[in-house]
Amino acid sequence: MTDNLTVQCRGLSKRYGEHTVVDGVTFDASAGECLALVGHNGAGKTTLMKLMLGLARANSGDVQIFGNNPGEARRHGGIGFLPESVMFEATMSGRETIAFFARLKGIPVREGYALLETVGLEEAARQRVKTYSKGMRQRLGLAQALLGAPQLLLLDEPTTGLDPALRRSFYDIVRARCHDGATVILSSHILTELEARTDRIAIMNHGKLVACDTLDVLRREAGLALNIRLKVKPGTASVVAEKLAGSANLSKVNDQQIHLTCDLGDKLKVLNDITTLGSEIHDVEILPPTFDEVYGYFHNRESQQ
Amino acid sequence: MTPVVIIARKEFQRCVRNRWIVATTLLMLALSMSLALLGSAPMGTVATGRLSITIVSLSSLTIFLVPLIALMLSFDTVVGDTENGTLFLLLTYPVQRWQIIAGKFVGHTAVLSLATIIGYGTAGLAVGLMAEGTGIDAWTAFATMSGSSVLLGMAFLAIGCLISVLVKERGTAAGLAVAMWLIFVLLFDMGLLGLLVADKGATLKAGTVTALMMLNPADVYRMLNLTGSSEIAALSGMATVGKAGQVSQQLLAAILVAWSVIPLTLAMLVFRRREL
Repeated sequence: MTDNLTVQCRGLSKRYGEHTVVDGVTFDASAGECLALVGHNGAGKTTLMKLMLGLARANSGDVQIFGNNPGEARRHGGIGFLPESVMFEATMSGRETIAFFARLKGIPVREGYALLETVGLEEAARQRVKTYSKGMRQRLGLAQALLGAPQLLLLDEPTTGLDPALRRSFYDIVRARCHDGATVILSSHILTELEARTDRIAIMNHGKLVACDTLDVLRREAGLALNIRLKVKPGTASVVAEKLAGSANLSKVNDQQIHLTCDLGDKLKVLNDITTLGSEIHDVEILPPTFDEVYGYFHNRESQQ
Repeated sequence: MTPVVIIARKEFQRCVRNRWIVATTLLMLALSMSLALLGSAPMGTVATGRLSITIVSLSSLTIFLVPLIALMLSFDTVVGDTENGTLFLLLTYPVQRWQIIAGKFVGHTAVLSLATIIGYGTAGLAVGLMAEGTGIDAWTAFATMSGSSVLLGMAFLAIGCLISVLVKERGTAAGLAVAMWLIFVLLFDMGLLGLLVADKGATLKAGTVTALMMLNPADVYRMLNLTGSSEIAALSGMATVGKAGQVSQQLLAAILVAWSVIPLTLAMLVFRRREL
């Protein structure tokens, strides 16, 4: 095992009957990394997590957690898991629930109570889980996943039901765990929130891993154009546009605005051309392709094949 | 604490919360008290001890009631938790699958034991202390009855548990549990009786009948309690069966224990192979 590789998947495949849910997935995740798993519904994200947890057996391929089989890692409490739309015993309170899970992991119960505070549930801790909202249940789920500071966190759609403020505090907690050297693998449908908050992005499509890299690399690979928006002195737009026509594609020109597109590789050259125009330019706005666009590219490319 | 104890504790707590304990205890207390206080009326004042009469009527009641309570407690052990999604998370913890089954079984047994001991114990004490001259025999028989009622309950808890790992849906499990109750409590004896009548003692010897009765935990319980002392055997009309069978009480108790060990082990084996 390479020192800091937490997860190693090699050609992992899982079939349910005729249906191949996970199809030859190969990837690594290392300590301190936050990996996002994205894909359409039924792309195999949850099944991939089950394989990493050792709850499902692969038909072919191999998965290693901390250089061992997943069952071994789980037995030592090394994996924290938050299932999609997590459920708890409705008649038990938040405190009782976290205490139960803490005992199972062999952790002092008060550490569980402290985690309830971390996720902001201390006020509702004595209420029964039955009375909890979706967001509160999700936070209780996060608290139990964090028990014992596991070196691998698998979070299946952790931010559904969380409002923007809670979502932010959720990513703060995840960041802190990564900072302490834990590997976090999370799946989400909300692409925009992953953009700035994860190190690498793995895109799944019909069970296959179609891309797995940093967003920058994925952008370059997708070859999507860079959008540049210029604000110029009123009335001079057409003149300026003419000067720039050689270096970039003009997509829209009106009285005082010019929209340009260019290849990512030409970015600096185009910017250089723009700056030589001096005071005619009031403002420059650079819009790299959004994650939505990148995702769309990989999703469509694979579907067309 | 081992996972078994932790899970058992939680299961017990859950039964306290959803009023299962209160309901079953009150039910058993009410029925046993009414049987104890009214049940001796038809006999008038005869030489037979009142506690012995109570044992006969209570154990007849137990055969119907305890298996039903046990099956209702345990039929959704695994399938219920699979359906409401709590099992999936539990399995990601450092817990082995047999420990989940064992923990829930222990928790359910605690619930059932508590209800039985409080329910029957109160009635037994009331009758035994009211009637003068209750012999040590009667007390022993009453203790045996209470203890074997728990054993009978455990057997059906184990059967319910096995049902819960075999089926995919909670509804199916509930249906199967009712079917099991009907079979073991009613249909089995009817079938056996029909067989005896049809056979007219030609081929079926008493030993064979006794052996067949071992295939039903409810019958094992019946033999254990109603043939326990000659006084009770005479009262319950089980004297012949008891004499002919000649099975010791220890062996009967052991068979009853086997009736919880075997289904429970099967449940653990099936659950271990199951993929989620």
